[in-house]
Amino acid sequence: MAGTQTVSTEEVQAIARRVRRHIIAMTLAANSGHPGGSLSAADIVTTLYFRVLRHDPRNPLWPDRDRFIMSKGHATPVLYGVLAEAGYIPVEELDTFRQLGSRLQGHTIMQKPPGVEMSAGALGMGLSFSLGQALAGKLDGRDYHVFCLCSDGDSEEGQTWEAAMAAAHHKADNLTVIIDRNHIQNDGFSDYQRFTGDEGEKPDPSGEGRWEPAGWVMKDGHTANIMNLEPLEEKWKAFGWRTWRIDGHDIDAITRTLEAAKAHGGQPTAVICETIKGKGVSYMENNPDFHGKAPTPEQAEQAYRELAD
Amino acid sequence: MVQAAKTEATRAALGPTLARLCQEGLDIVCVDADLGYSTSAVKFGQAFPERFFTVGVAEQNMIGVAAGLAACGKIAFCSSFAVFAPGHCFDQLRMQVAQPGTNVKLVASHGGVVTGEDGASAEALEDLALMLSMPPFRVIFPADVVEAEQAIEAAARTEGPFYIRTLRPKTAVIYDESYRFKLGRWDRLRDGRDVTLIACGELVKAALDAADLLAAGGIEARVLNAASLRPMDREAVLAAAAETGAIVTAEDHFIHGGLGSLVATALAEERPVPVAFVGMRDRYGTSGTWEQLLEHFHLTPEAIAQAARDVISRKST
Repeated sequence: MAGTQTVSTEEVQAIARRVRRHIIAMTLAANSGHPGGSLSAADIVTTLYFRVLRHDPRNPLWPDRDRFIMSKGHATPVLYGVLAEAGYIPVEELDTFRQLGSRLQGHTIMQKPPGVEMSAGALGMGLSFSLGQALAGKLDGRDYHVFCLCSDGDSEEGQTWEAAMAAAHHKADNLTVIIDRNHIQNDGFSDYQRFTGDEGEKPDPSGEGRWEPAGWVMKDGHTANIMNLEPLEEKWKAFGWRTWRIDGHDIDAITRTLEAAKAHGGQPTAVICETIKGKGVSYMENNPDFHGKAPTPEQAEQAYRELAD
Repeated sequence: MVQAAKTEATRAALGPTLARLCQEGLDIVCVDADLGYSTSAVKFGQAFPERFFTVGVAEQNMIGVAAGLAACGKIAFCSSFAVFAPGHCFDQLRMQVAQPGTNVKLVASHGGVVTGEDGASAEALEDLALMLSMPPFRVIFPADVVEAEQAIEAAARTEGPFYIRTLRPKTAVIYDESYRFKLGRWDRLRDGRDVTLIACGELVKAALDAADLLAAGGIEARVLNAASLRPMDREAVLAAAAETGAIVTAEDHFIHGGLGSLVATALAEERPVPVAFVGMRDRYGTSGTWEQLLEHFHLTPEAIAQAARDVISRKST
């Protein structure tokens, strides 16, 4: 399926909207799952499969295929949704998500269905695996490219930085990491200031002059400032990577940047995609509650209206 | 055939064996976390530099990179000390190797108290338990360097995850080149009808010596080498129970989760007989020479022989 470049921006946007509706439908039917981080990555993953990756849904183990590794293995709804749209699995199979006997488990399982490159679900492991695939490509003289999608949480795992160091060391220029930088993780906000412009509401100070930790639990139960990742781009740069920081919902910017990453030689590329958690569904946007919670039937109806063509 | 008086470290088998197999055409790669001299993996790296990937002191990354290479068709070996791998990377081994069944082979050196002078932090006593907890890992603890070489070859030629535990010191070589390692078969090194001594690793030699001590007192002991911990030789265990009525296990590892637990589980399910466990109990290692530590922790022929006498006294008839 080489040369998918001909798919227009409007078409990719339309597919991404369908993928978002799949995400809502799958998590609604399963009454569980991770809609927020799936919606934030929907434009990235759709653009990859419809514009960037060299792949063939009829031959998922094609040795020369570009690889897409989703390190944030909890975001299965977006991956399964895109695989269905791309023709790897029937769209009806999405209804079996998270059910007994289904290939579509809650977190990714390698080659279930074919097209899923890696088992994931414990964060921080995807980039190492991707580097292994990139090194195998170099050793075998194959010209495929490996794209690895990481989350904020992935960026907090030490193993990601072990892999970052090793990839630059081995000049793995056939490897690109994409960060779905939505600034929200399981318990709350990785960096709260981004949303408020100030430090937000803190609990009552417990004593004058006492040291207070940088992160705190807010009155609504979310945690603010779980871990500051910034300056993130500079970190990747310092590890020896070519870096970009783009709007992760701009289909053409994603396309241009990932094509540039493919063409770039001598070092791996990191693309930090600024995204909105829950993108496209108003009540999910920037709302940590929907990191790992399904919508109610009423909420799903509203989501379908907002995501209508 | 049993040899005597020759010694070699089982860890010395890794690099040369991989180099030989790669020369024979196997698509082997090796990921190394800065212990290649100690595990002998560098000998493969010298022969095949383009197939030897250094990742620095980063065992989690080592396993992930190996899994990625394996997913592209490579026979992916990696090595470290057993306290670091599986010690640092249980989760990676579980999710990227065990669950998907990727073709990754971890060969970890410095198992057991015989690691010696480096002390408790360096002496892995839990690695077999960790690895045996994860199907479909095949888990091998060779008795000597001859068996280690054959176990590494078996791992290379058999699809799927393997864990092989090797040792730091130059321990006794008990086999000659006529020996043939077979997955799932426990070699019967000596036969007897009074008790069966089942050992793995360097304690196979101790079990053979224990059988000599017992023979001097009129007790005939069967000796089995349980190198292939998974798959285990269940038939050999049940035959030992039926034909000798009492069993002693011996391992340089905690008695929970390793050889003793495997044997006890099989017996409890099918043919309970008295069992005694020689191994590490509820304490960690310490510094000393490896020979001193075996004495200090009662992992000796005398301790195995005494356990045999005790377990024979517990036979029901």
